[in-house]
Formats: sequence, C-alpha cells, structure tokens
Amino acid sequence: MSGLLELSGLTVAFGRRGARPVLDGVELSVGEGEIIGVIGETGSGKTTLARTAVGLVPPRSGRVVFDGRAISGLRGRALRAFRRSGQLSYAFQDPLRALDPELTVRRAVAEPLAVAGDLGDAEIAARVEEALETVGLDAARLGDRLPGAISGGQRQRVLLARAIVTRPRLLIADEPVSALDASNRNRVLRLLDRLRTERGMAVVVISHDLSSLAGIADRVAVLYRGRVVEQGPVREVFDRPSHPYTALLIASAPSVRAEGGPGAAALRRSAEPPAWTAREGCVFGHRCPFVTDACRTAPVPAPVGRGRTAACHRVPEWRELIAAPVTAQGPPGTGLLEAAP
Amino acid sequence: MPHSPSSDPAAPADPSAALSVQGLGVTVSSGRLTAVRDVSFTVGRGEAVGLVGESGSGKTLICRSVLGLLPAGCAVSEGEITLAGEALTGLSRREWDRVRGTRVGAVFQDPASYLNPSLAVGRQLTEVLRVKLGLDRARADARAVELFAAVGLHDPAEVARRHPYELSGGMLQRVLIAVAVACAPDLLVADEATTALDVVVQAEVLELLARMRAEHDLALLLVSHDLAVIAEVCDRVLVAYAGELVEDGPAERVLNDPLHPYTEALLRVATVGDWERRELEVIPGAPPEVGARLPGCRFADRCAFAAPECLSGPVPLRQTADGRRVRCVRGGELDLSRAGARSTREVAV
Repeated sequence: MSGLLELSGLTVAFGRRGARPVLDGVELSVGEGEIIGVIGETGSGKTTLARTAVGLVPPRSGRVVFDGRAISGLRGRALRAFRRSGQLSYAFQDPLRALDPELTVRRAVAEPLAVAGDLGDAEIAARVEEALETVGLDAARLGDRLPGAISGGQRQRVLLARAIVTRPRLLIADEPVSALDASNRNRVLRLLDRLRTERGMAVVVISHDLSSLAGIADRVAVLYRGRVVEQGPVREVFDRPSHPYTALLIASAPSVRAEGGPGAAALRRSAEPPAWTAREGCVFGHRCPFVTDACRTAPVPAPVGRGRTAACHRVPEWRELIAAPVTAQGPPGTGLLEAAP
Repeated sequence: MPHSPSSDPAAPADPSAALSVQGLGVTVSSGRLTAVRDVSFTVGRGEAVGLVGESGSGKTLICRSVLGLLPAGCAVSEGEITLAGEALTGLSRREWDRVRGTRVGAVFQDPASYLNPSLAVGRQLTEVLRVKLGLDRARADARAVELFAAVGLHDPAEVARRHPYELSGGMLQRVLIAVAVACAPDLLVADEATTALDVVVQAEVLELLARMRAEHDLALLLVSHDLAVIAEVCDRVLVAYAGELVEDGPAERVLNDPLHPYTEALLRVATVGDWERRELEVIPGAPPEVGARLPGCRFADRCAFAAPECLSGPVPLRQTADGRRVRCVRGGELDLSRAGARSTREVAV
C-alpha cells in the first residue's frame, strides 16, 4: 500500500506554541505515476503542505516518507544531499519571483544540475535542451532571454523545465496554472499529464481552481484551514461531494454552461454561527449551514466509500437538508444606493 | 467591400446608452504602435456587458480609456467615448476627476493597491462621500455604514474602523465596490475584479455585482479573461482579439452558438460544468505582437477555417440579420460545431 510519497499525521505550526496549526494531522499518499490534486482557498495550507513535503519546512509532528525513506527527520548535510538529488522536485508558485531575473532561461534551467554537481557541462547542456523541448519551449529562440523578456505562460514552462531537468520521480507543482489564461492553462496541464504517461512521474498539483484539476488529476484532496476535509477519486468527489465545503467549492465554480445541483447560496451559512465555532470543533463549523452541537467535537477523516474519506459528522444527511435548488440571488433590494440627498 | 475603420454603421451612437464607444483607437509606446483599433460598442442602461479576451487582446486598454486612466505612453488616438450622453474624449484632468467616481465607478483586480494602507476603510469611503456629495461628517459616517451593509459586509460599523491589512481580499473588494457605487454612477467598470479571489468568494462578489446592477439600474462593463465568469453575470458578450472586437451578441447566443472561430476556440478551452472532460484543448499558436501590422484577419494564422480571402484586407465588424456582430469574412457560413474536429491540434504539448 505504501506509495511513493506518504504524509502521515503531518502537523505544522509557526510562531507561538498555542497558535492554531497551519497543517493539522494531514494524511496523503501519492503513488508512482499518480496525479493528485490538492485544492483549497488562500490560507488553507496548500503551499505549506508542498514546502513540508519537499523538506523546506520542518513539521512539528508527523512524518514525510519518500520512497520508503523518512525525509522529515533529515537535517543538515543529509537533507541537502536529498534535495540536491532532484528526485523530488518543487515548482514554485510565482514564476516571476522564483526565477532569478539575471539568469537566462538556459542557466536557470541548468542550475539544479549544476548544484548537484555530478554531470559535466556537455551533459548538463544536453539535459537542459531536452527539458526545454519537453515543455515545448524553443531553446534556440528563448534560451538566452531573461525571465523579464518572455511571456507569463513561457515563464511558467521555464519553471517546469527547471523542476523536471533532474528527472524527478515526483513533481510538486504549486499553482502552476493560476496566472495563465485558459488555453495556456490547458497546455501546461497537458504537459503534466504527458510527463506522467511518458516518464511515470508522479505529480501533486496544488490549485485553488477546481477546473484545472478536473482535467488531469486521478485523486483530489480538499484542504480547509489546515485539514484534509475530503479526499477521493476526482470524478466521484466532483460528481457527488461528501463534505459541505467541497460542495460549496463546486457550486461556486463559474461555468459557461448552466449546471444542475444545489446553488452556492444554499450551501452558504446565512445565520450567525454558534460562538464555539470560533474556538473549537470542526474547522468548517463557522461557515457550514448544517452545523450542529455534534460538530463541537472536531470530526476526523472517515471512510465514505471506496478510496474516499470525509471529515464531517453530517455525512450523508446534510444533503437532504438542502432546500430545492436555489438560484443565486441576494436579499431583496435595500434601496441604499440611490445618491444620498 | 469598403472598409472605413472608424465608421461602423452597425452600432450608431446611442445617446440613451449608459456608455457608447465609437471607433476607438488606442496607441501605446508613445504613439508608435496601435494596440486597439476600430472598437465600437454600447452598454445600455442597466445592462451587463462582458468583455473577454486573452492577455494582450486590448481589453484592459479599452476599459482604461473609458475611465480616463490610460498608463503613460498610451493615448486614445481615434474615436468617441460618451457616458450617458456626455463626451469623455478630450476631457481635462479636472473634468475627469468630476466624472470618475461619480458617474462611472471602477473596481480592479488588486483591491489593496487602490486603498490607502494607513487609513481605516470607512474613512476612505466617507472621504468620497464628503468630497463628491458634500455630506457632513456625521451623515457621511452613517451613509458609509449603510453602504458597507449593502455590499454584504458583516458588522459594517466595525469593518469601517478596520485598516486594509486587517481585511481579506474578498472584504476589500466589497469595500471597493461600496466606494465605486457610493455616488450612484451610471456605469460600473470591473476589470478582472474577481480574478485574484478564491472561487467561493468570487461567486459571492459576482452575485453582489449582479444584485447591485439589478437593484440600481447600474450598467456593468465586466472585463475578464475568463469566459465562465462573464457567462455568470452578463447579458451580452464582447470578444476582443489582438486589439479588435471580433464578436458581439447576447450572452446566451454567443455561448451556445458562436459566430467567430476565435470565440468558438475560447469556448472549447473554457471551463465547463462537465467535470469528466479530460480533453484539454488548446488554441494553437499565439496572438500577434501588440501593434503588429497584418494584412487581413488578425486571427487567421490560428484559425482552423482560414482561407485565402481572410488575408486580402482588413475585415470589418459585420452585423448579422439578428443584430449580432462578427468580424469574420466567412462568419455565418461556417459550421463551427465541427471546429474541434478540424482544428490542427498540437501534437507536442
């Protein structure tokens, strides 16, 4: 059962001792050649999850095991050697800030190999050409340009070329498509899918955008305030979400087609939440329209079907509590916006 | 077929419209390059119009022209912009200050950069109310709280005392919407206003814009790279490509039955409610460089239907029998439903 990357009971906290953890008991397993989507809103801990998984952030508790080896315990030289091996690589979120503005595309992509130091210049150059070609960039035309002189979509692909130049077995891509328009987004997603198919590379795609995961992910994990609230095969989760937060995410996603299912308004909390939700219980309690006293005990992920888990006390009955599909409409007119006399 | 770039018989200036743009041209690089050409459209009173396009399509230059906020080096070189009957082209800076914020409001992608970080947000709204509407301090304070409540901020009196850094992106965008509508403008321009927001918050802000518009007969010009966002709120869709409008029509018609191959391509790559779709389509090639001089249709080299006549001369925006507009030599005769099968799908990447 053990996958290529296993995160178990992963808890990360910054600052004061009593501070709410940024990640709280996260369980995630990534198999060889699998594409896992991690979705969540700003501040849900997506980026911290990625940084912890690659060894940039030490967890407070829990383990990160890559290919049978616990990397969460590595320190100093051992950690550096693991990171330089390039087996597990990380493509940072913001290509403009992650790329040195004074390094040309070629040199930026060569850097991970140069740092590792086990290849000669000719081999490095060949690998750089190969990586640029893989991501569909014309090395002859763009190789000597600086990051400021190429488009956003090209920069994103440079970042990916840099992440795959070491031929990693697992790539963690942090919001690889959020800055791109739809066509370039699909281009990058296709590239990730192709790397998986051709090289058997596993990929963790971090995104706040469901639609970008629907295209390629096998499984999806939904993060909310540091907890995995739902996890399962992407199709099943998107077709019939088990957690009210997942349902809200899906209902909120804009689409060029009208969809069935409950409207987002029916999944938002309109009344004041109980006071305890600010301090304890389910992490989604303060926004959940279905919260009850039972939710005062924080739910843990529990199986809700084959290969699926959800952390919610009200599975599956919350679904029956939704009124007939509500169209998204606010309260009636307030008349407040006529210019004041 | 005669082409006179700045006269568009299909869209005559309509004095009753909230916004009328006629034959707009915008130059960049201090006049050396023409980035927007021959753009004509109207936004009726209370109408929600979406302007969609990729980066570089000129959509932001168009909406900045309407707001008199073109960046340095960019200028309106041609055409007329009228806001509820008043000509905006050629206004002095002082006159723009009178129009902006009172008759036309605006919301942008990054709300934090439009607010003063060292002032409470309530104060930034009362300032507008006092300067533009002449309210006294007490009435402006009361009105600010009302407006914050109207844009769906919980505990508005408390929010008014907060500084921008204490509020989330969604709350800041609501604050800016309150500022933008404070003086009951005729038109609200939202340029990628929800792009930086989480999907749940984006849906809430889009609903807020739709509600503001419905309740207050506010015309809305919603600019986005995301067709799905526009589909959620707009009555009508304008599609921009490489500095020109290529399609204009009722949202429902454009989304279900596009006339321009570029619109069809945008729809193919857009987000649809079908989560099972694994086919990730791309539009081959890249848009032309800003200001590129091309003999004919600017989309021709990426178009699956391009024919020799597409390159013979500038393509005018034609009106169809049912009042839609399309800039395509072959518009109407094409069966775009087969575009997916015909497009030259890229093999590599």
